[in-house]
Amino acid sequence: MWLRSCHLFTRQRRYSINSKALCVHQLHTGHPQLTHSYYEGLYPGHIHTTPLQKALLAVGSGVAALQNPYRHDMVAVLGETTGHLALINLRDRMRNDPEGYLVLTERPKIRLSTLDLKNMAGLPDGSFGREYLRFLEDNNVTPDSRAEVKFVDNEELAYVMLRYREVHDLLHTLLGMPTNMLGEVAVKWFEAAQTGLPMCTLGALLGPLRLNASRFQTLLTSLGPWALQNGRRARCVLSIFYERRWEQSLEDLRSELNIEPPPVSFPKKKNT
Amino acid sequence: MAASMNLSVHRLAVLSQRTVISTFLNVSCRSGCRWRTSPGRCFSEGVEDRSTHFGFETVSEAEKAKRVYKVFENVAQKYDVMNDAMSLGIHRLWKDILLHAMHPQPGARLLDVAGGTGDIAFRFLDYVRYQRERQRLRAAQSSRTRSWQDGSDDDVTEDEPRASTAVVCDINLEMLKVGKQKADSMGISSGLSWVVGDAEELPFFDDQFDIYTIAFGIRNVTRIDQALQEALRVLKPGGRFMCLEFSKVTNPVLASLYDAYSFQVIPVLGEVIAGDWKSYQYLVESIRKFPDQEEFKNMIEDVGFCRVQYSNLSAGVVALHSGFKL
Repeated sequence: MWLRSCHLFTRQRRYSINSKALCVHQLHTGHPQLTHSYYEGLYPGHIHTTPLQKALLAVGSGVAALQNPYRHDMVAVLGETTGHLALINLRDRMRNDPEGYLVLTERPKIRLSTLDLKNMAGLPDGSFGREYLRFLEDNNVTPDSRAEVKFVDNEELAYVMLRYREVHDLLHTLLGMPTNMLGEVAVKWFEAAQTGLPMCTLGALLGPLRLNASRFQTLLTSLGPWALQNGRRARCVLSIFYERRWEQSLEDLRSELNIEPPPVSFPKKKNT
Repeated sequence: MAASMNLSVHRLAVLSQRTVISTFLNVSCRSGCRWRTSPGRCFSEGVEDRSTHFGFETVSEAEKAKRVYKVFENVAQKYDVMNDAMSLGIHRLWKDILLHAMHPQPGARLLDVAGGTGDIAFRFLDYVRYQRERQRLRAAQSSRTRSWQDGSDDDVTEDEPRASTAVVCDINLEMLKVGKQKADSMGISSGLSWVVGDAEELPFFDDQFDIYTIAFGIRNVTRIDQALQEALRVLKPGGRFMCLEFSKVTNPVLASLYDAYSFQVIPVLGEVIAGDWKSYQYLVESIRKFPDQEEFKNMIEDVGFCRVQYSNLSAGVVALHSGFKL
């Protein structure tokens, strides 16, 4: 509240959005200091944006992501700029779930540095942790490749967004989907049904356009309906404290989350 | 270390020479070039003690240099694409106007400081090549009026004694790499050299160049007065200093439109095209911190340039400053 009044009184131009941040900094320290990084925002990596900038970002990132689907940062920006209502909804769902509330307060982060890989590799086959590790190895991905959140203007919602990104890989394991185009689209359909994030909906609608005929057929007949149904009836996947469930068996976890096993099984070797 | 001491001693000698000259000579330049010496700025004091601006942020001078380096290291690959996107291609016109104002003749030596991706140097080489072709054409036409024997002799003696050269100097290796790649892909090899150097301490001897240009670079320099002094030093007597830089838009309506565009659109473009919001935020903030046309003109005059003048391009979005070392 005092941020806004400070903004009114500041003499800087209306459009210099950093006046807000500068103002806060000056109030904190009393006078402009020789600082290495001045007060950036509500959380590390946060960038203040006006509604116009968010709109421009949404359009620009959408176009960029469509042109070059490998620009994951653009997909991330699209999600952040369009997902405000969905994020609020997700956060409320997490709050209403006891385990989700725990996640929101303890703020666990899935990073290579926080995972005990040796321990996980020693877990029995069929356990969630072992399958997740297998998924990482088979598809040559790492949990550290997630983009950081920049344009969400609420610290808690920014965490929800980050958690959503981190859980995406875990979803692949839970749903048994590889990281090829068909697998990604199936996961997107599940996520769109679960979270309601516009970015997921957009990805779910446009992703199938890149599939060949047979895969499109598979998607429409079996994978798609399965993903949608399970997305709707499954428990909120963000509410699960995955870091404490590595030993749990995958089947057990699936039944707890109300997720059926996939109707189509994919070959174990990596698709190029 | 010894080199910088030599430079400093040299600067002292030059400055003392100038004070002597100014007291005894009555220099009359139309725009009033001043021989005022700047007090004791030649010697490098603790740069960590002094603070300056990095965009709207306040940082130490050493910090600024490092952060500016980081910015251009990040944006180097997409620099040209971003320039076209941000200015809608108009930056090409600004640079063409600079070249036309420069009107270099064959044989001129250009130093393009903060020249990074080489836009000015390439245009310079094209321009002098075109001028040379015109000269040859004119010489050929005029020789047709004389006897064949005399004509050919004249052609031999009138042959260019020296080819034009352009030196691109930039503090940032990544920008120079991009420039060099461009030169290789365009097939330009002769008459162009790429030098890593700091505008505040140029790695060249005195009185070397006919033209010194700095296009959209001087606002990133930590000590602008020092860069101007270096420009004066490396120019030959009669040499010209030319600077293209973003400046103040005079018309208030256009100014608010320009501000809105700068702060709302440009960082978004930076994020979408280059994946780097913060660098472009810095860029638009640094434009606001740079002195306006008159103040910059005074700074150039203070250092010792004569006949300093400026012209506004695009209603003051860009200003072209020019001065001579006489």
